[in-house]
Amino acid sequence: MTWLLPSVVAVPVLGAGLTVLIGRRLRLQRAIALSGVAFVLVAAVLLLIEADSNGAAVAQLGGWPAPFGITLVADRFAGIVLTVSTAMLIAVLVYAMAQLGRDALDWWFHTKYLILTAGVALSLVTGDLFNLFVGFEMMLIASYVLLTVKTGPGEVRATMSYVVINLVASALFLVVIAFTYTVAGTLNLADLAVAFQTLDPAVRSALGLLTLVVFGIKAAIFPLFMWLPDSYPTAPTPVTAIFAGLLTKVGVFVIIRTQTLLFSQDEPSTLLLFIAGATMTVGVLGAIAQNDIKRILSFHIVSQIGYMVMGLGFLTVAGLAAAILYITHHIVVKTGLFLVGGLVEAEEGTGALDRIGGLLHRRPIIAVMFLPLALSLAGIPPFSGFVAKLALLQEGLALDRGIIVAVSLAVSLLTLFSMTKIWGGVFWGETTEPSVPAARGMTVATGSVVALSLGVALFAGPLADLATRAAADLVDPAVYTGLVLGGG
Amino acid sequence: MSSLRGSAILEAGVITVSGPLLVFSVYLLFAGHNQPGGGFAGGLVAGIALLLAWVAGGMETVRRVVPIRAGVLLGFGLTLAAISGFASMFAGLGFLESGYLEFSVPGVGKVKVVSALAFDMGVYLVIVGMALGLVRVLGEDETLDAEAAS
Repeated sequence: MTWLLPSVVAVPVLGAGLTVLIGRRLRLQRAIALSGVAFVLVAAVLLLIEADSNGAAVAQLGGWPAPFGITLVADRFAGIVLTVSTAMLIAVLVYAMAQLGRDALDWWFHTKYLILTAGVALSLVTGDLFNLFVGFEMMLIASYVLLTVKTGPGEVRATMSYVVINLVASALFLVVIAFTYTVAGTLNLADLAVAFQTLDPAVRSALGLLTLVVFGIKAAIFPLFMWLPDSYPTAPTPVTAIFAGLLTKVGVFVIIRTQTLLFSQDEPSTLLLFIAGATMTVGVLGAIAQNDIKRILSFHIVSQIGYMVMGLGFLTVAGLAAAILYITHHIVVKTGLFLVGGLVEAEEGTGALDRIGGLLHRRPIIAVMFLPLALSLAGIPPFSGFVAKLALLQEGLALDRGIIVAVSLAVSLLTLFSMTKIWGGVFWGETTEPSVPAARGMTVATGSVVALSLGVALFAGPLADLATRAAADLVDPAVYTGLVLGGG
Repeated sequence: MSSLRGSAILEAGVITVSGPLLVFSVYLLFAGHNQPGGGFAGGLVAGIALLLAWVAGGMETVRRVVPIRAGVLLGFGLTLAAISGFASMFAGLGFLESGYLEFSVPGVGKVKVVSALAFDMGVYLVIVGMALGLVRVLGEDETLDAEAAS
């Protein structure tokens, strides 16, 4: 099965090449894009199964053994995130086809989407620091172009800040890579984990902090999040939904990977917990102040990132398992919420809360889809967010970290409050303006995401077990290094 | 730059330089396996040749030199590079692992053909396609052409 791992990156790249080659044949482009992403989903599920039975699927590209060649690793953690991410990529692609099909505005959409898929997959399965950079750049360059699909002065202005900040982060990332190579003489993550054990602790913590800053910008943690709520809402819904669901979470994924593998500590990190608390609080306060569906949801991305960092901050098996569970739940719920927001916009022509209302009577299906997602985001039982939050709180109490537990509970309450604001604004009340029904495909795609989020709640038990096994691998770096260097 | 358009010296210079540049780019492509070079460097050099052609003769010349859409080059290169990775898997090697054929050509000596060359060619085409696309998008500026005409 060694061919399966590289193909999660290579197949989307191949598809991207083909979509350019065939030119302006929309049906064919769609078929290629759909089958490409569907392939990655099947491969991701197979990889997850393999990782769960063997510990990880490892591939050495070009037949060069680690640490000399390019290593790809899909352990349980990467497998889980890759599977959930590609499921969302498919749902959003279907949604985009239904929405953009109407004006068929952009011939290159599928190419960019496939490159984005390849970038996400590479960032998740790469086994060395430089290919992580390559994966991130693929993802980001595709995202720069996707953000400006619907070009106007507003979009370009919002995208400018996104591009500039991400370029700064990428440059800083290159500096970190150079530093790391200078002190350790290798960029292979497993090899680095071994080399860092004998490194001067001061140098190690400096590198750890720099890495945290780089991926903190990408993941939009406090205080490096300001670019996000500004740039996301201006893009077309499918683009915003996939960015909201995936891009920042890939940043969180890498933070968790590097902090556990390279810069692991024995006790909970007060710095990370402080960042987590501040991220949640600032994000949710920002959301409350907004008056547009997509802007509210964008601030909630920031707020929710805090919970994932909180799980990482505990640096225990249970804490990390909760963080993994939270990422899984959040990718689905956030993508779904943005798709619902897009449906509202498509029907009403605006996302401004004070200009819409009464959707509950006219289009109850949208309300039915919004409710479980919103309650899940706030962590109300029995929805998926509750399971993840409960796990976080239990671990927080077990470790005697009362402050962060209190903060996270208060933020949950405020999250619920801002969700009721959307509910009241969009679904209750009266409206004057007539609405246009959204395309059927958009509703179907949104519905399947909602179903998946209910599935996460339904299968919370097995998922939590899987997340615990994944977290156990993360806590002990020797597991990862053994799989890559020993088993190679 | 526009004031230089139509200058005989520039045109003669570009014609003299761009031929060897293209040949050099192909040399880099083949030399890249064991020496500095490769598809990326080769493609960049070929891209420079295209840019020079644009500087000297504008879009007309570029279109005459490469009568192919940039997208076709890009798409073909990307597809070729990806397929070359899978091809070595079907040959029983690892993904992107290079196989090679060795044979002797009379008068030349031993020739070694590596399958990684297909990947490099793909990269080369992507870079040339990108350069072409850049020249087309940025170079097809009406104001610039109008300036050149005046």
